[in-house]
Amino acid sequence: MNNTEVYGQQLTKSYGEHQALNGLYFEINRGEIFGFIGPDGAGKTSLFRILTTLLLPDSGVANVAGLDVVKQYRQLRLILGYMPQKFSLYTDLTVRENLDFFAGIFKVKVKENLYLVDQIYGQLQPFESRRAGDLSGGMKQKLALSCALIHKPRVLILDEPTTGVDAVSRQEFWEMLLLLKKEGITILVSTPYMDEARLCDRIALMQHGIIMATGSPVEIISGFSKNLFRLKPDNTLTALHQLRQMSGIHRAEMFGAYIHLSTSSEIKTPAAVAQKLQSGNIHYTMLEAIEPGIEDCFIELMQQTSEP
Amino acid sequence: MRKVFYIVRKEFLQVFRNRMMLPIIFVMPLAQLLILAYAVTYEIKHIDLFICDIDNTMISREFTGHFIHSPFYNVKYQERSISKGMDELRKGKVHQMIVILPGFEKALNQGRPVRVQVINDAINSSAAALMNAYTLSIIQHFNRNNIEAHFITRGTPAQVNLEYSYWFNPDLNYKTFMVPGILVLLVTLIGMFLSGMNVVREKEIGTIEQINVTPLRKTQFIAGKLIPFWIIGLLELAFGLVLARLFFNIPILGNIPLIFMVAAVFLLVVTGLGLLISTLVNTQQQSMFISWFILVIFILLSGLFTPIESMPQWAKVLTFLNPIAHFIEIMRLVMLKGAGLKHILQPLGVLVLYAAVILSLAIKKYRKTT
Repeated sequence: MNNTEVYGQQLTKSYGEHQALNGLYFEINRGEIFGFIGPDGAGKTSLFRILTTLLLPDSGVANVAGLDVVKQYRQLRLILGYMPQKFSLYTDLTVRENLDFFAGIFKVKVKENLYLVDQIYGQLQPFESRRAGDLSGGMKQKLALSCALIHKPRVLILDEPTTGVDAVSRQEFWEMLLLLKKEGITILVSTPYMDEARLCDRIALMQHGIIMATGSPVEIISGFSKNLFRLKPDNTLTALHQLRQMSGIHRAEMFGAYIHLSTSSEIKTPAAVAQKLQSGNIHYTMLEAIEPGIEDCFIELMQQTSEP
Repeated sequence: MRKVFYIVRKEFLQVFRNRMMLPIIFVMPLAQLLILAYAVTYEIKHIDLFICDIDNTMISREFTGHFIHSPFYNVKYQERSISKGMDELRKGKVHQMIVILPGFEKALNQGRPVRVQVINDAINSSAAALMNAYTLSIIQHFNRNNIEAHFITRGTPAQVNLEYSYWFNPDLNYKTFMVPGILVLLVTLIGMFLSGMNVVREKEIGTIEQINVTPLRKTQFIAGKLIPFWIIGLLELAFGLVLARLFFNIPILGNIPLIFMVAAVFLLVVTGLGLLISTLVNTQQQSMFISWFILVIFILLSGLFTPIESMPQWAKVLTFLNPIAHFIEIMRLVMLKGAGLKHILQPLGVLVLYAAVILSLAIKKYRKTT
């Protein structure tokens, strides 16, 4: 049984000189939450705009729910839910008017599908007659999601839905996505936040218009082959500079006040690292071996692809 | 159809939620009618005049007396210095100077022709032409009296006497002439700007993205956008007509439903034009500039201020493409002359064709996908 709900093959798109998508290939299974992870400018928005029939690819094929995004855009628009990165509801209309409007356009009754967004819209209900423009950032996001879901789409595409949203609202938002997944909705979400990647079933790491790796968060992390240590030096910047000059140190990256250090195979233990640090006269308060996170993998992959 | 209804409802909600909108729709026409109808007139009164009567004789004083007693002239100076008069003209203190040289009376008494110099300030050329015409008619009047006096003994020679009347506007009332045209401008402004700003505003704030992923058809979208402004435009016209009738006593001889029928077609053209501009540009500022550019040309070539008949041939051809010119023509014909449908078929036909072309272009040019 073919379980693929969304796929793209050799997708390219350029804006003049700038190559936004550089030959993408991906497959997304029915009913999963699939995350596109990457920094700004990685091509996530271009990809989503192609999948939502708003943008034509220069070449390649994209297919959503068995429908070609270029040839069968009309049928596709019926079953797509899309939440653009920028808040794009009518700020001068009230919460309820926005919802009624989008329900009307899709010829559905608000009541029929309200159960889908009950969790989220329930919080908006006290503000039904407030103008969308007067809502807080988190509330706006919830309204946008409600409007994108009101016609019970088969595939939901969310472009950086949690960017600029507070931590509590972000968490609520993700809880909502897990509920929607139970309804059988396939969810594509893009995010620059690596911590959100862990909440996806599978992810694709994107950079410069290509997908560097695809898989479940666990698979991606297990692909990280180096030893990884976390270090808290007294002076982060000098230490970083010194470490990058040392032999046996594969990579040193700053993570807040810490430095993540990946080493070559002969330096396996914290004790070996400590020796190395001592030889370089680097003072530190903490040193431990750690499991890699998505961000470590991302940086590793990024370097690999840029220096072949 | 249901979908179109939802867009129309949304647009109305947005228009009337905008605090500035109601004043714009109802105060603007009132102000525009009051200001334009009372201020825009081709009559010139109080021409500031410099009389330089060097002859200073009985006949020359009789001659200048015609100007002094005319309500159209305001004689500011009566001095014998030509250079001072020229100075005042240069400074803009007077608009016209009349110079009567010595020997004026003598020549007239001897039956010889005599010259009088009239200098006009032609900074405003149409005003200068009018002043000159007024002055000429006073001089002709003086001449006739003079001839009659001369021939008094032998009886006056036969003359052609003119009997004239102005049809459709017997008093040559400028308000009667201007108001139908101003009504057209009102409807045009409202229709073109409301629609011209609309789609591009959705582009600016990003809501168009959300609309574009819906199954809404292009035709439905354009129709939903057009209908609200079309209705507002017709209401505006009704409001303007009531004002015209109550405040300006403008005759409405023709059939009022006919006026609205034509307006309905005309509004399709202007709202369609606004939507077309709106779909082609990316910001409200661009839309504003393009709309103004087009409107200024349309208005100046509309025959509202200067008659189309006096334009050069190429401009006349251009006015054929000017929907405002056609509607003003129809409005004047119907309101002042009581023209019926069969009398306005030609300009109406042009408007219908125009509407069809503009609307199909607007639908064609609106892209849901880039």
